[in-house]
Amino acid sequence: MSKRTVEFEVATPGLGAQGQPQRVPLGVAGDPAVTDAPDAAGEHMLINLGPQHPATHGVLRLVVELDGETVIRVIPHIGYLHSGFEKLGEYRHYNQIIPLTDRTDYLSPMANNVGFALAAEQLMGIEITPRCTVLRVIACEMSRIISHMVWLGTTSIDLGAFTPFLWAFQERERIYNLQEMWTGARLTTSVTRVGGMMADVPDEFVDGLRHFTDTFPKTLYEIDRVLTKNAVWVGRTQGVGVMTAEEAVNYSFSGPMLRASGVPYDVRKDRPYLGYETYDFDVVVGEHGDVYDRYLVRLEECHQSNRILRQALDRLPAGPVNVDDPRVILPPKSRAMSDMEAMIYHFKQVMEGVKAPVGEAYAGIENPKGELGNYLVSDGTAKPVRWRIRPPSFINLAALSKMAEGRLLSDLIAINASVDIVMGEVDR
Amino acid sequence: MNSSVDALRATFGTAIGRALEVCGDTIVYVDRARAPEILKWLKETPGEEYNYLVDVTAVEYRDPERALEVVYFLRSLHRRADLRLKIELPRDQELVVDSVVPVWQGANWLEREVYDMFGITFRGHPDLRRILMWETYAEGYPLRKDFPLRGRFSRAEQVRQALAANPEAHYSMEELSIAEAFDGLPEDMKERLRRGERGKLPYSE
Repeated sequence: MSKRTVEFEVATPGLGAQGQPQRVPLGVAGDPAVTDAPDAAGEHMLINLGPQHPATHGVLRLVVELDGETVIRVIPHIGYLHSGFEKLGEYRHYNQIIPLTDRTDYLSPMANNVGFALAAEQLMGIEITPRCTVLRVIACEMSRIISHMVWLGTTSIDLGAFTPFLWAFQERERIYNLQEMWTGARLTTSVTRVGGMMADVPDEFVDGLRHFTDTFPKTLYEIDRVLTKNAVWVGRTQGVGVMTAEEAVNYSFSGPMLRASGVPYDVRKDRPYLGYETYDFDVVVGEHGDVYDRYLVRLEECHQSNRILRQALDRLPAGPVNVDDPRVILPPKSRAMSDMEAMIYHFKQVMEGVKAPVGEAYAGIENPKGELGNYLVSDGTAKPVRWRIRPPSFINLAALSKMAEGRLLSDLIAINASVDIVMGEVDR
Repeated sequence: MNSSVDALRATFGTAIGRALEVCGDTIVYVDRARAPEILKWLKETPGEEYNYLVDVTAVEYRDPERALEVVYFLRSLHRRADLRLKIELPRDQELVVDSVVPVWQGANWLEREVYDMFGITFRGHPDLRRILMWETYAEGYPLRKDFPLRGRFSRAEQVRQALAANPEAHYSMEELSIAEAFDGLPEDMKERLRRGERGKLPYSE
């Protein structure tokens, strides 16, 4: 039996310099049915994406103007989850605001608690204890890991990869179990108080978290293996939604979005809080500012968070978690019931709240989404005059139309996912 | 105290008001009329280079006599320096400041939010629409102190308005013009669109 060689004619009319078949736009091939059709150029279509759409990551509504499949303009409509947190905060004591902060960026509730507590303490001039500082670092870094895991999972689903979603959410569950162990709540943790924490960690927490830090990198390597060199993933993300370093700074980007564009700014390093300058970790910086680099930055940040968690566990000092100041910290229940003085402090704190001096304070922390700022203005009463949240994902989302214009509709999904929005925080 | 304050005083003289240091941050009050110039100068002058706009917000104090403030949080990313600028808006004057969107694109949504929540107009803003509240929101400006915590309208009135709303109202007139939905618009909306006016609040002003 002899071998036969059959030559197929190439289905596409030409090959490029690399031998890749070139795409020919439809309608150019001279097909009379196509060429005689009315010219559709210039006719734009309006489509409405959301507010209930799995790829908008919450109740985000995008009104998209399309020319064929090309995005001409994106008009985001937000505010569907507006809850007036800032207004509510003006009617509450400082400690009563902390439960509101859980509900802004509900994918990293503990870090929000810490951000607010830092601002209030800065305003009142309170210095927290060493154990509390380290516990707060642990809270922030745990939040970073779960938030990035949600981002990875949902973005990979948006772009057609289902398996990493399951792995990522499994890791998130493990952190949730630890949060539950610590605070009694999985999502709405409310873990901080002005001047300390709601509670110290239970004994088994440290072992549980150490076990997590030992086993978590394995999942990251697995995710890395299925995504980083995956042709579909690379094709859908590289060169998509590019922001140069200059543009990223001009648009006030922060967090992984800013660093993916090659700007090495991390609040933990450059405006250190909670003693972050004493931890050994690297600021992860991208190069191209596209969706792919944002993915790489977030993936590597999980490794860095894991490093910080290990160091924090190693150095976790003994001692009290709350400052020794009866004006800001509630006395233990046993003392409040038996000691007259403690009961008075208890009464005054619950009924009148903690009074802050006249002034204002801004505390910016590096949240998973970017720089979360808490700006508090006080007129000397127990309730702030103004509580402003600088919402990182709101500010990052503002550049969505800039990133998506001129790209395909399918790229818009990838770009929107890469911003890592959480509508609770965008709308507040 | 931040050294930029002296540089500002040397350059702009009386346009720079009092400067104070609160909780480790420097706050400088600047004159409303020259604020855009000052902000641009801070961004572009070598040695200052406040190239990053952290936040724009406004503050209204409980004291009904006290002026409203618009607050700009500036940062120099490579100098690692922060500066907070404030513009006072006296209550007996119009609440207007100049937009800084030409200097920082990131100010776009931030200024829209301040407009939405406080009713402060940013002159020269390319797209000053409500952002968190819907465009036809008629109750006023939620973060103002005269705005009650539960809103101005009763629950029943809010439900009535929601049910009576024209579904077209969920699109801006600009968007409707893309989809050629113009013909189906109510007459008053058509008229506003013809005049080039967009989404004006029925109860504002």
